[in-house]
Amino acid sequence: MQMSDSREIAASRDVVWQAILDPEVLKACVPGCTEMTGSAEEGFEATVVQKVGPVKATFKGQVTLADVDKPNSVTLNGEGKGGAAGFAKGGAKVDLAETADGGTLLTYEVEAKVGGKLAQLGSRIIDGFAKKMADQFFQNFQDAVEGPADPDAAEPGADGDENHKKGWFKRLVKG
Amino acid sequence: MPKDHGIGASPKRREDVRFLTGAGNYTDDINLHGQAYVYFLRSDMAHGKINKVDTEEASQMPGVVRIFTGADFEGVGGLPCGWQVTDKNGDPMKEPAHPVLAQGKVRHVGDPVAAVVAESLEEARTAAEAIELDIEELPAVVDMKAALTDGATKVHDDLSDNLCYDWQFGTDTETTDKAFAEAAHVTTLELVNNRLVANPMEPRVAVGDYSRANDESTLYTTSQNPHVIRLLMGAFVLGIPEHKLRVVAPDVGGGFGTKIFHYAEEAFCTFAARQINRPVKWTASRSEAFMSDAHGRDHVTKIELALDADNNFTAVRTDTYANMGAYLSTFSSSVPTWLHGTLMAGNYKTPAVQVNVKAVFTTTVPVDAYRGAGRPEATFQLERVIDKAARELGADPIALRRQNFITEFPYETPVAVAYDTGDYGATMDKMEELMDIPGFAARRAESEAKGMLRGLGVNCFIEACGIAPSNLVGQLGARAGLYDAATVRVNATGSISVMVGAHSHGQGHETAFPQVVAEMLGIDESMIDIVHGDTSKIPFGMGTYGSRSIAVCGSAMVRATEKIINKAKKIAAHLLEAAETDIELKDGQFSVAGTDKSVAWGDVTLAAYVPHNYPLEDIEPGLEETAFYDPSNFTYPAGAYACEVELDPETGEVTIEKFVSADDFGNVINPMIVEGQVHGGIAQGIGQALLENCAYDENGQLLSASYMDYAMPRADNLPHMANYTVDHSCQTPCTHNPLGVKGCGEAGAIGSPPTVVNAVIDALQSGGHKVEHIDMPVSPSRVWAAMNG
Repeated sequence: MQMSDSREIAASRDVVWQAILDPEVLKACVPGCTEMTGSAEEGFEATVVQKVGPVKATFKGQVTLADVDKPNSVTLNGEGKGGAAGFAKGGAKVDLAETADGGTLLTYEVEAKVGGKLAQLGSRIIDGFAKKMADQFFQNFQDAVEGPADPDAAEPGADGDENHKKGWFKRLVKG
Repeated sequence: MPKDHGIGASPKRREDVRFLTGAGNYTDDINLHGQAYVYFLRSDMAHGKINKVDTEEASQMPGVVRIFTGADFEGVGGLPCGWQVTDKNGDPMKEPAHPVLAQGKVRHVGDPVAAVVAESLEEARTAAEAIELDIEELPAVVDMKAALTDGATKVHDDLSDNLCYDWQFGTDTETTDKAFAEAAHVTTLELVNNRLVANPMEPRVAVGDYSRANDESTLYTTSQNPHVIRLLMGAFVLGIPEHKLRVVAPDVGGGFGTKIFHYAEEAFCTFAARQINRPVKWTASRSEAFMSDAHGRDHVTKIELALDADNNFTAVRTDTYANMGAYLSTFSSSVPTWLHGTLMAGNYKTPAVQVNVKAVFTTTVPVDAYRGAGRPEATFQLERVIDKAARELGADPIALRRQNFITEFPYETPVAVAYDTGDYGATMDKMEELMDIPGFAARRAESEAKGMLRGLGVNCFIEACGIAPSNLVGQLGARAGLYDAATVRVNATGSISVMVGAHSHGQGHETAFPQVVAEMLGIDESMIDIVHGDTSKIPFGMGTYGSRSIAVCGSAMVRATEKIINKAKKIAAHLLEAAETDIELKDGQFSVAGTDKSVAWGDVTLAAYVPHNYPLEDIEPGLEETAFYDPSNFTYPAGAYACEVELDPETGEVTIEKFVSADDFGNVINPMIVEGQVHGGIAQGIGQALLENCAYDENGQLLSASYMDYAMPRADNLPHMANYTVDHSCQTPCTHNPLGVKGCGEAGAIGSPPTVVNAVIDALQSGGHKVEHIDMPVSPSRVWAAMNG
């Protein structure tokens, strides 16, 4: 399956670029990611727990970067093996462009393939699942990088962890 | 008044008592002392090069007894194909190796790569997760036409390409071309016969056992033909002589063809049991069944029909691509050729018929016989193109068919077979009567008043059953004889055990077969039991498929019973002190013609086993006879089917409102069982037409491997019983077997798919939609797309 979308992130292109190559950011943003090690240069090792329809599995796999054109574009290729659940693999080409107001326009094109039990049991829902995963990832990414529009809301409070986490990467790189 | 016993009666199925009370003994009910369990690690890739299968960590896991890989089967035979097809150039088909566990490459999703034998299934499955597979993905080969292009990825590297054979059959090209050139009208149709999965209620199971004491192997398996499995596995795969190999197929919960074939798991369990000296059991999950049971159909065809100015059919030409899948399953090669091409004349006296079939290897599950096997594909093409021709010519589809019917028998078709008997006009008459064709216009008006479209579909079919005359199929490439056998063992007190080569897995043999013997002897059916499914008990018969059981095995049983009667008459003559030629057998009594002297059946059978007063100088004691029967021809059941559908133009949803089948099965032993067989066959035909589809994506991933995605027919997809008539009152008895029977198991699945599609097209045309064809399954989305396309 293939899909593409874009979203505007209220952070400079350099900040976005740095974030996208940071294993901590990726770990926090990939839905269901329990482990992420490695580096942009060497590639990342990841463990992701996910449930696709009736199939729940722990995927272990590699993410490698290709076509690195700092800070304009990069392609992330991933392949995960889920044991009896089958496999998933895919790539995301990410383009970053500066916007007039100093933000960044992130455009992505994602291609995903699944095999084994995932294809057999989940094929009808896999498109929707992949779209949800991508949306969630980029939403998490956006939240991590830019933080909430109102800085006060980022303070720990009654809203719980959700807001507490927002903008943590931006604060980190600024700090 | 209908008969209440013997041939033609409908006693309830005696086997149902145990099936309906949970007392059946299926293969999965068999648990042997010390048994281990196997879990097969299967490829989740369609095609790949096996670099490494590392079992080191997995073999240390709890409960693991032993892990096998392809390397363990070096030097062991591969799974054989039972039919050698010769292509149009005279060359043998390409026959790739089919190892028990994958060697070198994986070739379809589900191809077994390793087998973990452990103390429990859970431990085996857990250990399989720890096997490290290094398989380098290769491009999948899914589309048949693309698979045959130059430079296409090869499924088997040692073959020159993906073409298994290019087969041509029937009328020569020059004559066929001439007929088309001279035709007043030619109708052409391109269509797909959708890939199906048989889905018997019981998934496959195998239990292998080995007795070191006498070096004997036993395989318990879900098979339609235990002797065929013993022959193939013993002789070709594992090298075990027959006397050291027993194959048992106990109660089997449906087969539909897919349990004919010899499968890797059967060979594995038998092999592994010898290796570890313990019983080894495998039970397929439903997911496993979808990716390891041989699939059915999967043809892509272009058919052309030539007619003269008077609407007489002058020629038929077909061009078919038939999917073999990744390996040649047991009878796969025969399905698109000899079980398909030979039926392309249908019920019609078309003088020229030419069939062209390219069989193609792809990285998909092997494809083989499924209920009907080749004959549904032939019927679908022919009856769809005739319907289209009728529309193009403005002819009545029933009249066009009638005009072209074969009416004189025997009839030699241009595609090798000779129909011995039939009356296609009679089944058409019966169908028209039961369908109330004249009332259709009013029913259509009623539907239209509700905003629905209504269509009427009719078609004929013919099939070749009673498989098969061995000398003929031998010439055509079959590597086995296709006779059958029966042993009638009369016991001392007169009860009878009949050991038969046919296997019953839903067909009701245990009820119907005794009806025949009871009728012949004039004794009660309750005195007769059928024994089947165990090579150590039954004579070497070839099993059940191709609607053959009653026609071939039943004939063997008749022959054996005739021998029993002849011998019993000799004994009776001795007891009655009369001439053997004067002895008559009626209602279980042997009497001397023209006298009141008689002895009962039980007196004779007792004398045979307690030969105190017995003609020992003339005949042996005992009363047990075996007969082998090899048919001299196929049988040719035929019929006319019709259905009416209602189509919702808002949604494209099709419902079947009325269905009539008028079949000619020759003589019928048990009408209730025959009707049940036809009901079941039609349900599967409607399933193919409206619902079922086995789908692969372009990467060779199997997308429909559960009942969430593979739509099986359910009760609400079938017409209400009040509008669902299966008739078999037209009977032209088979001329060459002693019972005059033709077989009924596959008819419904063969006859019904074109009926449904013809009706859907008729409904659409009536609504002004110029739709000529929709490929099966005719799902709401396909209908809607065709209407709005």
